[in-house]
Amino acid sequence: MDRLVFLLSSGLARGAVLALFALSLVIVWRSARVVNFAQAAMAITAVYAAFAITAASGSYWLGLLGALAAGALLGALVERGPLRFVRGDDPLSGMIIAIGLVMVLQAGLAMAFGPEHRPMRAPFPERPLMIGEIPVLSPYEVFVLIVAAAVMCALALLFGKTPLGLKLRAAAFAPETSRLLGVRVPRMVTIGWMLSVATAALAALLLVPTELGLNPHAADLLFVDAFAVAVVGGLDSPVGALAAGLIIGILDSLVTGYATAAAAPLAVLVLLTGVLLVRPRGLFAAADRRTG
Amino acid sequence: MTIPSTPDAVPRLEISGLGVAFGGLTVLDDVSFTVGRGETVALIGPNGAGKTTVFNAVCGLVRPHAGGVRINGRPAPASATRLPSAGVSRTLQGLGLFERMTVLENVLVPLSGTRGDHTAEARAILARLGLTALAERPAGALPYPERKRVALARALVTAPDLLLLDEPAGGLGAADIDALAGTVAEVAASGCSVLVVEHHVDFVMGVADRIVVLDFGRVIACGTPGEVRGDPAVEAAYLGLGAAS
Repeated sequence: MDRLVFLLSSGLARGAVLALFALSLVIVWRSARVVNFAQAAMAITAVYAAFAITAASGSYWLGLLGALAAGALLGALVERGPLRFVRGDDPLSGMIIAIGLVMVLQAGLAMAFGPEHRPMRAPFPERPLMIGEIPVLSPYEVFVLIVAAAVMCALALLFGKTPLGLKLRAAAFAPETSRLLGVRVPRMVTIGWMLSVATAALAALLLVPTELGLNPHAADLLFVDAFAVAVVGGLDSPVGALAAGLIIGILDSLVTGYATAAAAPLAVLVLLTGVLLVRPRGLFAAADRRTG
Repeated sequence: MTIPSTPDAVPRLEISGLGVAFGGLTVLDDVSFTVGRGETVALIGPNGAGKTTVFNAVCGLVRPHAGGVRINGRPAPASATRLPSAGVSRTLQGLGLFERMTVLENVLVPLSGTRGDHTAEARAILARLGLTALAERPAGALPYPERKRVALARALVTAPDLLLLDEPAGGLGAADIDALAGTVAEVAASGCSVLVVEHHVDFVMGVADRIVVLDFGRVIACGTPGEVRGDPAVEAAYLGLGAAS
């Protein structure tokens, strides 16, 4: 029982990070209809910015703000740069540019910072708190859960309750109609990319202290898992990203705890295959599609 | 052909010598007409005559190779995004509603570019069109006539100078068409100019001050409903072919 509670609680924390990263993929998919295969490389580039800022200032919090800003800036640069020249009706070109971007960013990071794993300290202790004799979440995992929940609430408020969110949603689902209604669609796409990469950067920043350390490939597995989360939840669905993130985080933790870590990716793959067979567009995919 | 004069010296919409071609296919050829302030003009013609292309040229969605479009005496915006700020609203044949958004959110989208809370304005236009009770419902869940009214409310909420209606009566029953005609008359009476593309002849004859008839991308007739109804060229090209009534 103790073990189950511990695995569930740590799975919840990992699931929150997965959900956050999957949400970043959903945001960019909704705004630009692109699966951004460079999301991990872009996120980890922003984490390197955080690493440099924290090293220079001694403040984790300044580093966190730096990661968000660097992520947003990188999102804008990539969308306004190479992706602006991609034809909208050709999804392959966007994917190829993203894959090229992965190579450029990861090679660039390795040249600038070296390929080794650099330790990143968490701002809170990582030893689990004890409730009676049962180990549960560590203070850092509580922090991760609070940050993830706060970001998701903020994004939900932004998209659901503000004029900017209304324009972002309108531009995502009917770009041509939105233009006729005065919505600056290209600007909305850029903002979507900024929000997306900043969210991914935050997820990667939260993950790195619990892994081997900072390295140009440190978010690669996170991307693979989060992509599975986004597909299971439905690429169009923020709620799906949240639910599937928590499900896969807990599944991963339980399989790792009760079987072996090597079996965890297999379990995720089985779940992904099962969902794709039953609901090919994901568990929470909406019935309607994007229009012109 | 001679273009009849409009009520004001500077028309709300002035289309002069408009020519549009897609590849080698000429879609519009030397199309000219005006829409005056508070005037309702209907643009009719057989399928493929170029009616929607005229709308698209006014909205900056297609680039003419000849002629031009002026709105309130100024060149029409080159970008569709600037239409609302130029005082132009348009409805679409396919409605173009944001299906997952509520009715209220749909109507708020055109106002979202300006500062402030516009909920009161949006609710006022919904009340005017009898949509208050549906404000919080997803637009995609409504029956077709109500969805048409939402599209109209979304076009009217910015209080446009020029309203472009693309087949507003299509798919509606007699009672809804009567209500639509009443709304168009009210809008025109408030000073807004209306350009309407429509196949429903009775509706057109009822609401239009003037009718412009297109055939194969050219204006073949222009005048009051009475003048156009008796025009042999129109009968041959359009009415004589058994248009919907």
